[in-house]
Amino acid sequence: MEQRPRTLVEKIWDDHVVVADEGAPSVLAVDLHLVHEVTSPQAFTGLRQRGLKVRHPERTVATADHSVPTTPRGLPFLDPLAAAQVQQLDTNCREFGIPLHGIGDPSQGIVHVIGPQLGLTQPGMTIVCGDSHTSTHGAFGALAFGIGTSEVEMVLATQTLLQRKPKTYEVRVDGRLTAGVSAKDIILALIARIGIGGGTGHVFEYRGEAIRALTMEQRMTICNMSIEGGARAGLIAPDDTTFEYLHGRTHAPHGPAWDLAVETWRRLPTDDWAAFDRSIAIDASALEPMVTYGTNPGMGIPITSRVPDPAAASDPAHGRALEKALAYMDLTPGQAILGQPVDVVFIGSCTNGRISDLRLAAAALKDRHVAPNVRMMIVPGSDEVKREAEREGLHEIFRAAGAEWREAGCSMCIAMNGDQLAPGQYAVSTSNRNFEGRQGKGGRTFLASPLTAAASAVAGMVADPRLLPGIEAVAGIGGR
Amino acid sequence: MPEPYRNFASKVVPLPAENVDTDQVVPARYLKITDKAGLADVLFRDWRFEEDGSLKDPPFVLDRPGMKGRAILLVGDNFGTGSSREHAPWALEAWGVRAVISTGFADIFRNNALKNGVLPIAIDPITHARLFELVGADPDAELRVDLAEQGILLPDGTTIDFDVDPFAKLMLLRGTDEIGYVLDKLPAIEAWEATHPARVDTREDAPAAS
Ligand code: SF4
Repeated sequence: MEQRPRTLVEKIWDDHVVVADEGAPSVLAVDLHLVHEVTSPQAFTGLRQRGLKVRHPERTVATADHSVPTTPRGLPFLDPLAAAQVQQLDTNCREFGIPLHGIGDPSQGIVHVIGPQLGLTQPGMTIVCGDSHTSTHGAFGALAFGIGTSEVEMVLATQTLLQRKPKTYEVRVDGRLTAGVSAKDIILALIARIGIGGGTGHVFEYRGEAIRALTMEQRMTICNMSIEGGARAGLIAPDDTTFEYLHGRTHAPHGPAWDLAVETWRRLPTDDWAAFDRSIAIDASALEPMVTYGTNPGMGIPITSRVPDPAAASDPAHGRALEKALAYMDLTPGQAILGQPVDVVFIGSCTNGRISDLRLAAAALKDRHVAPNVRMMIVPGSDEVKREAEREGLHEIFRAAGAEWREAGCSMCIAMNGDQLAPGQYAVSTSNRNFEGRQGKGGRTFLASPLTAAASAVAGMVADPRLLPGIEAVAGIGGR
Repeated sequence: MPEPYRNFASKVVPLPAENVDTDQVVPARYLKITDKAGLADVLFRDWRFEEDGSLKDPPFVLDRPGMKGRAILLVGDNFGTGSSREHAPWALEAWGVRAVISTGFADIFRNNALKNGVLPIAIDPITHARLFELVGADPDAELRVDLAEQGILLPDGTTIDFDVDPFAKLMLLRGTDEIGYVLDKLPAIEAWEATHPARVDTREDAPAAS
């Protein structure tokens, strides 16, 4: 029988439906469950109260990332609550038999950095984690999304989730990026266009020439911020770039199993003529470096633009929201964003804390110095990223430029571990959220790419990375 | 385990902010707990309190006289964006909120809220604006939320209908939680797993190079 053309998402969905009762959400099998210290303790408590075990500890993996200090590992936790939370994760993993890459383990790192790095994240899988940036893993052609703690408990107990089939949203990016413009700018531009609720109820599939040309790490940057566009997941069809990245990684299939897997993965991409519920097209060649000026990731503009005027907003509610955001940010309608002084520059997070991001930052910082008014923190996304950067000598470039080179973790992306802005400070950050207080109570965040962040650190103010001498050479640097 | 969700009448807490993210509902620095204790106190913490712990002046809406005890939160568009933290609905529930009314909710927040007896009610923008007007004109107006009938009864006797996922509604009305429902499906899960081998083994060490 001829099958109706299906999208990538539909294929993965169909492959994982265990039970589909009339009127009820489907019981969907979960291939990989990632766990971290912040959203899991209450789920383990629930298991104990019900007398349940973890159904598949061998399909579950944990790490400590959110509340861990990024100071040298020998130093103690300064925050007893954070220490207790990380200790609790250790206890829970021991009791329930879950592999844990905790502090001191060479595979420790941000949960969305280590999954791909270990080869656990693979095409065609369903992947969940009590964390909204689980969408990152969609870069491999996996259906990956964030869940709440009750759902974490459900997956621990049953290795399934109750889900309604999501709608699909095609994001087509054609054309070629120009020098100094990167994957981060594509996703910030998308969110600025559709707004932070634009993808609600949908799963993005990123396609087109510009997406195909990206490395895996760049694809991860894009899929990572799908949630900032309101979509729980965002995927990219697997191709040779994907397979090349995965080949030889610890948990990727090996030997004959590898060839078999690749054969299966090649059948995943969306069929010709398959229909999406919605579509949008973006011309990569027209993009500029993007920067946010407000208090949600949808409040972004091309870096040479001016801060919008609330009085010109299309409806009064938007105008009020904009006014409130500008008051928090202490910015003036109509002002240029270029030249806005900054106090802190943060390079890291599950969005831009991978080795290729650090290489870009190093290329921009080489033989230059961080401005005297700026504190620059560079936080590798994982211990492995840290080791690789040090093998390449990037840390020497960072230190020589006057930046801090720290241990792996979420750090100032979420400011739970003591790495934070002081009230009123401005930061250019390569992370994903600029909500009020996200990087420290009263702190003000400009989200941008690693190149923009590094250029801004040198300038001491928001700066256009395209003006860095030698940028053409830098732009081509990618991940593996 | 959850209680069955019952109809109730309550005055309204109006919060006319759009795109409220879960970092505002519960700031990240309060996520270091390993239980659910103390969350009512940190609900909207940074909108309610000054650095030294005193209330803002003028106070945030939750802290104005007569607000404590109200179970309906009326908010602007697209509530609950951002982080998946279930601490957000836990905190709302702990403060006493049983229904949040908006024009739309972020997917993960909606799921989390439904599992914690906090009903996310999405209504169309015009009705939503009217509701804000009504509460503006009479801050003590009482609304009645009827989940079984999927309606909000207004003081003038008219009703606003709303949609809710039929399965989530059933779970709420019965006070059943979804884990119990899925545990009943274990035989089907076992059968499925028997024909679908695991894709990864997280315990494996690096296999010998092939
Ligand atoms: S780096 Fe930031 S966004 Fe990513 S998992 Fe950590 S806290 Fe979440």
